[in-house]
Amino acid sequence: MNKDIPAVQMRDIRKVFGKVVANDGVNLDIYRGEILSLLGENGSGKTTLMNMLSGIYYPDGGQIYIDGEPVLIKSPKEAFDHGIGMIHQHFKLVDVFTAAENIVLGLKEEGKLDLKKAAAKINQICSTYGFDVDPNQKVYNMSVSQKQTVEIVKVLYRGADILILDEPTAVLTPQETEKLFKVMRNMKYDGKAIVIITHKLHEVEEISDKVAILRKGQFIGQLITKETNAQEMTNMMVGHEVALNIERPEPVDPRPRVRIEGLTVRSSDGVLKLDDVSFYVCQGEILGIAGISGCGQKELLEAIAGLQPIESGTIEYIEDDGSKENLVGKDPLEIAAKGVSLSFVPEDRLGMGLVGSMDLTDNMMLRSFRKGRSVFTDRKTPRKLAEKVVEELEVSTAGINTPVSKLSGGNVQKVLVGREIASSPTVLLSAYAVRGLDINSSYTIYDLINKQKENGVAVVYVGEDLDVLLELCDRILVLCDGQVSGIVDGREADKNSIGMMMTRLGGDA
Amino acid sequence: MFDLVSFIPRAIAQSIPLLLGCTGETLSEKAGSLNLGIPGVMYVGAISGVIGSFIYEQSCGGNVNPFIAIMIPLLACLIGSLLMGLLFCFLTVTLRANQNVTGLAMTTFGVGFGNFFGGSLIKLTGSEVPSISLSATSHCFSKALPFANDMGWIGKIFFSYGFLAYAAIIIAIVTAYVLKRTRVGLQIRAIGENPATADAAGINITKYKYFSVCIGCMIAGLGGLYYVMDYASGVWSNDAFGDRGWLAIALVIFTIWRPNIAIFASMLFGGLYILYLYVPTGGNMAVKELYKMLPYVVTIIVLIVTGMRNKKENQPPESLGLPYFREDR
Repeated sequence: MNKDIPAVQMRDIRKVFGKVVANDGVNLDIYRGEILSLLGENGSGKTTLMNMLSGIYYPDGGQIYIDGEPVLIKSPKEAFDHGIGMIHQHFKLVDVFTAAENIVLGLKEEGKLDLKKAAAKINQICSTYGFDVDPNQKVYNMSVSQKQTVEIVKVLYRGADILILDEPTAVLTPQETEKLFKVMRNMKYDGKAIVIITHKLHEVEEISDKVAILRKGQFIGQLITKETNAQEMTNMMVGHEVALNIERPEPVDPRPRVRIEGLTVRSSDGVLKLDDVSFYVCQGEILGIAGISGCGQKELLEAIAGLQPIESGTIEYIEDDGSKENLVGKDPLEIAAKGVSLSFVPEDRLGMGLVGSMDLTDNMMLRSFRKGRSVFTDRKTPRKLAEKVVEELEVSTAGINTPVSKLSGGNVQKVLVGREIASSPTVLLSAYAVRGLDINSSYTIYDLINKQKENGVAVVYVGEDLDVLLELCDRILVLCDGQVSGIVDGREADKNSIGMMMTRLGGDA
Repeated sequence: MFDLVSFIPRAIAQSIPLLLGCTGETLSEKAGSLNLGIPGVMYVGAISGVIGSFIYEQSCGGNVNPFIAIMIPLLACLIGSLLMGLLFCFLTVTLRANQNVTGLAMTTFGVGFGNFFGGSLIKLTGSEVPSISLSATSHCFSKALPFANDMGWIGKIFFSYGFLAYAAIIIAIVTAYVLKRTRVGLQIRAIGENPATADAAGINITKYKYFSVCIGCMIAGLGGLYYVMDYASGVWSNDAFGDRGWLAIALVIFTIWRPNIAIFASMLFGGLYILYLYVPTGGNMAVKELYKMLPYVVTIIVLIVTGMRNKKENQPPESLGLPYFREDR
């Protein structure tokens, strides 16, 4: 194919949802043998734009050209016919199926369903690009990165040569990301056109040849990655100057607040989730917790908050005057009364802590409904709190009477974190507070957390992005399969050694 | 001593309505539709067949052509259960009504429908006993293979059933094969597990849900037809079908959603269902009632065991009972 004609040209694309303009006047050129980053904040219309290319949405205006020919893409199937395949942020896989079954699902091949033939073809694709997939492995036995690989192979199996990856690295460890980038480069050399949606600047710089920037649905510009830098990209993305450094004030008077010794937790079906975990958290510091998702972070926080039955070990809460109290076996309410506050943002963002169908005020009330004096609940205080959170954290919502599920992901998180901070805790347990948030909102949250730290709160911050952990936290505890792989100083540690510790105990090769 | 040679054929005859009901329900549940209307569907299937054959027998005055005598009730039964299936799909797939509520309402409706028309037909015949007897049609349905009688106990155990019994086993095997080995089966299972994924893979969810539920209902309806025409020798009396529909749904769980296992499991259930007739308990009715509990007790035990084993493949389809709406979040 002619390399000079873009594989995909999008011209003057416009998409409107109700009154919200998601994309307007977007022009994009995607070439074969190139990796294009699509950069923008949350809600800037990156995914919407790519969904139009992959047939999930239909543009309200503008024209898409494939290899110079104008086309209409009305369904995912038609996108496949044009060789466009998209790997979504949320994997679309059936858990109880094998990799091969998932890959052939929905295909209209001739003849009988032949999984052996499919497996052979899958193995061939894998060896071409350096994937590692066992066609007969069930998806529920796979790690996140394996699932992602299956998704990519699925798209390649269908003969796609224009690949769109929607925030593929959000769930991967640095090593897995490295591996992904390697196969992406292999695919690029094979002449495939690749688009990667991301809001991580260092990834843009590492992997892509060109970068296209969207802001609030508008196309801002397309740059050659080598000729630009992080600051310029950020400014284009946000629209004004943003300081790219996370502050890290020195901890003031760090005295241990919570001390955990030999904590062991088993899940209800008997799997060891935490194994002999010991550490302490000081007031006025941020303790980061790093680890591959699902290796005990959730259980650890829940154990401290009293939500998780503990097999053995102690959790001591140390008062200002030095007196100690064991939190194990205490009711979650009592623990919360001590000022231990948990905000956990699960993958679906709504699972814990907020009720989707209730409005902002009611969700604020979930924390305070026990406080009213009479049989009637006090609705005024939570309403004020809701208004305050909306204003201070710039939550974009039609009003405080909007059900939370109608808010976008980032705004839901702001509501959750805002509420937890408003209860003026002494220990703030926060997990994935910035999961899926754009730069601007993330920095708002980092500021909030830092403010808590300065107020002398002991903050436990479970994060996914190692770069952020390294910039934000005073100390970082690395979990590996429920065990403490090590505790490092956030000012001195480097990303690679933490990545190693996440996959192997102690980080030894 | 226990009379196995007479027990086994009765247990198997007892098992056929359960097997058909179970196969139909499994097909529907694999596509994510928890159809609790199955007992009602089986009632409707039975009474539709009865109405068809009643009209035919009345019109030809006892002189029945065996082929037509089979085809008319069969078609009536399939159409009746298909309509029930369409109703269920329209409510739960198109209008996204709650599946449990819809199913329970359909069971109530189906039983009432059966009893109403059953009662009307009984009135029409003006008979003394509250039942309709369709012996001519039943004779065609329950005709065993000609050599069954010549083969002693082997003939009795293996060949003494009407054609619907063999059809039931073939349907169960075919359903199991389709679900496990074919593209269509893969797509149906994908819908039951994760409709969003199936949708993204370009599978028409609505079409497949309608397809599975309606075919499932038609299979289950045959169970009702078999009960009246073969098992009950063509005698319809109101409420005689009993709770076999619920037992069929229990059987789905018992067989962990596998129609091929259901062939044997339904025979076990059938046996347990009539065991009380064969165990000498004297006049003690209370003990008999305890024996009648057995199928349900076994189901509960299986639920406990599969729940503890916690193997993903043995769990119900993941989105069972949930409506699918693409723009939901």
